[in-house]
Amino acid sequence: MTGTLAAVGAGLAVIGAGIGIGQIGGKAMEAIARQPEAVGDIRTNMLIAAALVEGAALATIVLAFFA
Amino acid sequence: MKGLARQFLILVFCFATTLLLAQHENDAVGHDHSSSAEVETVDHQAGESEHAAPHTAEKYNPSPAVMNHIGDAHEFHIWGQISIPLPCITYEEGQGLSFFSSASFHHGTMAYNGYVLDHGVLRKAIGFPTREGVELEAIHTDQDGHAHYVHTEEVKDEVGKIAEHKTIHYQGQTYPLESSSKIFAATSWTDFSITKNVFTMFLATILLFLIFFGMKRFYANNEGKAPRGLTNFMEPFFEFMRDEVVKPSIGPKWEKYMGLIMSLFFFILVCNLLGLIPFFPGSGNVMGNISVTIVLALITFVVVNFSGNKHYWQHIFWMPNVPVPIKILFIPIELAGLFIKPFTLLIRLFANITAGHTIILSLVSLIFIFGEVGQNVGGASVGAVVAFIFVAFMNLLELLVAVLQAFIFALLSALYIGAAVEEHHHEEAH
Repeated sequence: MTGTLAAVGAGLAVIGAGIGIGQIGGKAMEAIARQPEAVGDIRTNMLIAAALVEGAALATIVLAFFA
Repeated sequence: MKGLARQFLILVFCFATTLLLAQHENDAVGHDHSSSAEVETVDHQAGESEHAAPHTAEKYNPSPAVMNHIGDAHEFHIWGQISIPLPCITYEEGQGLSFFSSASFHHGTMAYNGYVLDHGVLRKAIGFPTREGVELEAIHTDQDGHAHYVHTEEVKDEVGKIAEHKTIHYQGQTYPLESSSKIFAATSWTDFSITKNVFTMFLATILLFLIFFGMKRFYANNEGKAPRGLTNFMEPFFEFMRDEVVKPSIGPKWEKYMGLIMSLFFFILVCNLLGLIPFFPGSGNVMGNISVTIVLALITFVVVNFSGNKHYWQHIFWMPNVPVPIKILFIPIELAGLFIKPFTLLIRLFANITAGHTIILSLVSLIFIFGEVGQNVGGASVGAVVAFIFVAFMNLLELLVAVLQAFIFALLSALYIGAAVEEHHHEEAH
């Protein structure tokens, strides 16, 4: 049963990232629906925010991977 | 009609990917056999006779094969005993540099100068006779007739961490194997070899030089004319990066940093795309090697902090327009942020590419899990169909990830540089 706790940690990190990226994607959709002409700016900012959330989650997963 | 042809080509590419990876994996089953069989013999404290005993009823464990395939290697393994050798360059204290080809190991069956090739990775056998071309003695032969020369033993230390101890046998003696020096683990030798990753980076550099110098020549010769061919293909990428990333993120001083951001973007992009090709010129997992991403993030870190102006440092050490206790509270946070930014940059790239390769290899492993290591052909066929569908899908997703991660790395580097060179006008703004 080695590595079980690390796997649980990785799973928790993925839940957090899923909620975060889901929020970002959902809000971006709403924003695009409201202002279709701003789609370029919204997309870029969505990607930046998603990358930042993902960075935090991936740091945890890498730690779990090597733990 | 043209669209149909293109879709067909993509499908053929994905299918070829699955097949080639499967061939790789086929060999890796043998690898896995050796290690688990050996661990078993260690557990039983059995003698030499047990080594050759076949272990048919064991479960397939995909993780060693996956880890071996996402790692670096000293040869391009194609299948079975066919591989493309790469130059090995090693440094030892007192001996200086030595140059040899990984073909001198005859696919790991021979030792050369005290070095052995273990599943494509160079290791030094401590105390082994330093002669050229010493035939090794097989310690175990699996049912497919593959001989294995390196004995792997998993040893748990007091904190429960598993370390691998590798040994070889020669003329009744056991020699421990040693990996090359790492930053935090110095050993007796250092590896400067042109490995798979290094080769892929050279290839990416040469490709980029050819593409961009070709473009430069085209523009010089055809001034005022519309671009054609490769130039026409590359121009939108370049213009997009310049107009959507570099200019808005960095601001008025964008021209000074354009070379850096473009180099980062195209280098990461080409390395990622080469890594998705499952056979010879590609298959190097460059951005899935943390040392590479560490260096790329270090370049960004150095550029950001050396181009940081007065306002940038003021925001770190004495945040304007906030009360003094908050100013003091902000100093450690901002200082930590200085290092967290490049750290997340390197982890994001590394983890994304590693995760993608791991998922594809795990899906290919389904063939061997369902096939019960060659015992169940029907199961293997089902696994192959499932793996084909999912690997085809994952490869398309990986194409997106390859571009997206290169874009994100370049964009965030540009944003960090932009924050460092920005001119603030706080007194007027607030």
